[in-house]
This record gives sequence, structure tokens and C-alpha cells, in this order.
Amino acid sequence: MLKTRLIPCLDVKDGRVVKGVQFVDLRDAGDPVEAAKAYDAAGADELCFLDITASHENRGTLLDVVRRTAETCFMPLTVGGGVRTVEDIRGLLLAGADKVAINTAAVKNPDFVREAAEKFGAQCIVVAIDAKRVSGEGEPLRWEIFTHGGRQPTGIDAIGFARKVAHLGAGELLVTSMDRDGTKAGYDLALVRTIADGVNVPVVASGGVGNLDHLVEGVRDGHASAVLAASIFHFGQHSVAEAKRHMAEAGLPMRLVA
Amino acid sequence: MSVAIIDYGSGNLHSAAKAFERAAREAGIDETVEVTSDPEAVLAADRIVLPGVGAFADCRRGLDGVPGMVEAMTEAVRRRGKPFFGICVGMQLMCSRGLEYETTPGLDWIPGDVKRLHPSDPALKIPHMGWNVLHLQNEHPLVDGIRLGPEGLHAYFVHSYALEPKNPDQVVAVSDYGGAVTAIVARDNMVGAQFHPEKSQALGLALIRNFLAWRP
Repeated sequence: MLKTRLIPCLDVKDGRVVKGVQFVDLRDAGDPVEAAKAYDAAGADELCFLDITASHENRGTLLDVVRRTAETCFMPLTVGGGVRTVEDIRGLLLAGADKVAINTAAVKNPDFVREAAEKFGAQCIVVAIDAKRVSGEGEPLRWEIFTHGGRQPTGIDAIGFARKVAHLGAGELLVTSMDRDGTKAGYDLALVRTIADGVNVPVVASGGVGNLDHLVEGVRDGHASAVLAASIFHFGQHSVAEAKRHMAEAGLPMRLVA
Repeated sequence: MSVAIIDYGSGNLHSAAKAFERAAREAGIDETVEVTSDPEAVLAADRIVLPGVGAFADCRRGLDGVPGMVEAMTEAVRRRGKPFFGICVGMQLMCSRGLEYETTPGLDWIPGDVKRLHPSDPALKIPHMGWNVLHLQNEHPLVDGIRLGPEGLHAYFVHSYALEPKNPDQVVAVSDYGGAVTAIVARDNMVGAQFHPEKSQALGLALIRNFLAWRP
């Protein structure tokens, strides 16, 4: 039986780990390679690096982090942030990423997803969807895609976009609630569930984890195949092993032994 | 002893090479691991590894794009009987035909087709992505000493297509994903794994150690 995946996520800026509340006020939580090693040893099922370095000139730093991580950690690694071209994807895969997450480039040009999937295989193309609730009180729920760390609205309906990119060849969707990110209030379960029920590819829930029950909810109520969290692990609030035990006790299929 | 990991432009071979080096070190085997696109190096190696990620047809084109590579592999593996390990799409390429996007001939070493997964439970997502356990079908030295079954070690899968061998005797292990999914195949001096040993932590390193010690 396939197990539910627990994925620690490291926001990386200029080769260092950061995690911001609502994507501002960043705090330095260390060397990504060291963090990756620790998460590997702790039994994380995958690891995710999101590069939030503003300029593209610093790409070499990220590739170096990915390369050094892949050398020491025999675990699957997803890398996202600033992926704009087929060459960006190739560079990350060659450095050792197993999956590459596309965000703004997929919003600007959904056909890029198709091109990437045909070139590298759907299994390594993740589309990262950053969504905010835009429906008013009493209205049917509606979410819109935002780019640039949640600052830029696009007018694109998140649910329709999710279906579209899944159809175009995305192998996985990383769904982040921009309302919840950094709040510790839990995932936007309605968002995750609406997307997970509407596509035939795995969905990773992201944004808002504040305690271990939130991880359980993401799978049980959000219908996600995997759950992603950052701060609760980075600052020692909970260990990965503790989180996986908690999820197993709640009845989810977890990989508790290597 | 030397291991050649064939580089034909299909994704990252770095972690595969590192995993083979580490497994050799752990097993106390003196092994050089070379990532190569040189057919002569493949002919000279003691063991041959064919990795692969991406689409079947794209990988086949990549392999054909290296002049003399398929011929060198065929000579080394099929005529000289050197141990061969296909990983993920590298395993799928051992089949007769790949049916992803278009019909593409495989190396035809393991008779059978590579077809899209069709789990019996429609709620199961495609790709089959993540950690799953393995169920033994036929004993093989590759899985010696590795705990399999529901309480066994886990392997990391990420694929939408799977090899369906014509001969069930060539299936060493399957995984369950709304039905049996071929996980490990073997024939003569050849083995293949659908999952990624280089990403499968304890199980993966044990499998690679077994491959390095294997004398078919």
C-alpha cells in the first residue's frame, strides 16, 4: 500500500534556509544541506526546496545546494522557485532534483507545463499553485491564483487552473493557501479538497500548519496525497518522527520504518 | 571491479553514482563507478547500469542518439553476460514496446509492454508517487536479506507507466497500487527496478549492494 508522504519544506534564499511569516520578515534557519541531512535521517518522505532568491543571477548558488544535497541524501527532492525555461528544469534535474516545481511560468503560459512534461516526463513536473480566497461572505467559495509571493492577483480561478495544468501534464500539484501561509491556523481544507477531488494527480497540501492535527486534517479532510510543512519542524516544535507517529495513530498509512 | 552508469542525457545520474559508491563502500567492495556515454567504457566495465527518467520515447531517442551505445550494451549484456541493472525508465527500456504517447520499441530483453497504470480504484492518483512496500513473486539474489511484504522496507516510486512482462517468472517483486505493479524484473544476468533504489534509503542501498555482489 502506498503511504502518505510527509514533506518538510525549506525556503532557500541565496543558499540559506529562511521561513517567513506571510512571505515577509524572513528568519535564517541555517544551511539547507545540513537541514536536508537531518530530515533524511529523521525519516522525511521527501524534501522540498523553494528558492525565493529574487535575482536569477544567483542560480548557481541554488544548483550548488541541490547538488550537495543530492550527494548526501538518498531521498526524493523537489526544487522550485524561479523556474522559467526548459533549461532551468534541465539544470535542476541534472543537479540532482527529482521533481521541479513551476509556479509563475505556468500561470503565464500553461503550455510550458505540457512542453516540460513531454520533455522530462509528467512524474517530475510539479505545478505550485498559490491561491487566495476571493469569495465574499455567503458567496460560493472561490479562489484566485496569486504570483510573486502572494502579492500579485491574476484573475485566474485556482480550481480551473489546477484542472488545466493536470490535464496538460503536471504530475503533481503543490497547493498553497496564501491566506494561511505562516499563520499556523491549518491548511485551507476546502481549497485542498476541491482541487484534490477535481484532478487525477497527487495533491500536496501546503500553507498554515501549526500543529500535528493539521497534518492529519490535510489528508483526511483535504484528501491530499502528501502534506508539506516548514516552521513546525525548522524551529524544533515537532520532529518528523513524532509527526509521522501522530499521523499513523490517526489511522493514516505512514512509512514508519525506512 | 568497475561499474558503468550509462549517461544518455536522461536526467540526473549524480545521485545514482553516489548511491553505488556508498553501497560498494558499505559492502567492502573495491569498486570504481563511472558515469559514461562512451560505448567502449561500457564494453570494458564489469557491471552496467542503465538509469532513466522521463518519457519512454524520449529516453529511447536519447539512447539511440549515442552512436554505438545500444550495440555496446547488447554485446556486453546479452553476449558477454555482464550483470545489468535497469532503473525506472532504464528498466522499462528492457521491454519489447513502450506505449507512452507513441509506440516505441524497447531493447526486447524482457518480453512485454510498458503500459499506463490503471488502478482498479479510480480514487488512486496517477503517477504512482511515493513509498510503497514490495511483495516477492520469485526468489532472486537481488533481494536476498531484504525484508519485503506488508511490514517490510519501502521503495520510492514515481511513475505513470509500468512494465507488464509476458513471462510471470521474470517478475521478482510487485507492489500493490490498485492491482499488482511490476517492481523488480530479472532474466539471466539482467535485473531491473521500477522504483528508484538511489532514492529508497535502506532498501535501495541493500539492493545495490546485492547487485554488486551478484555473480549470475
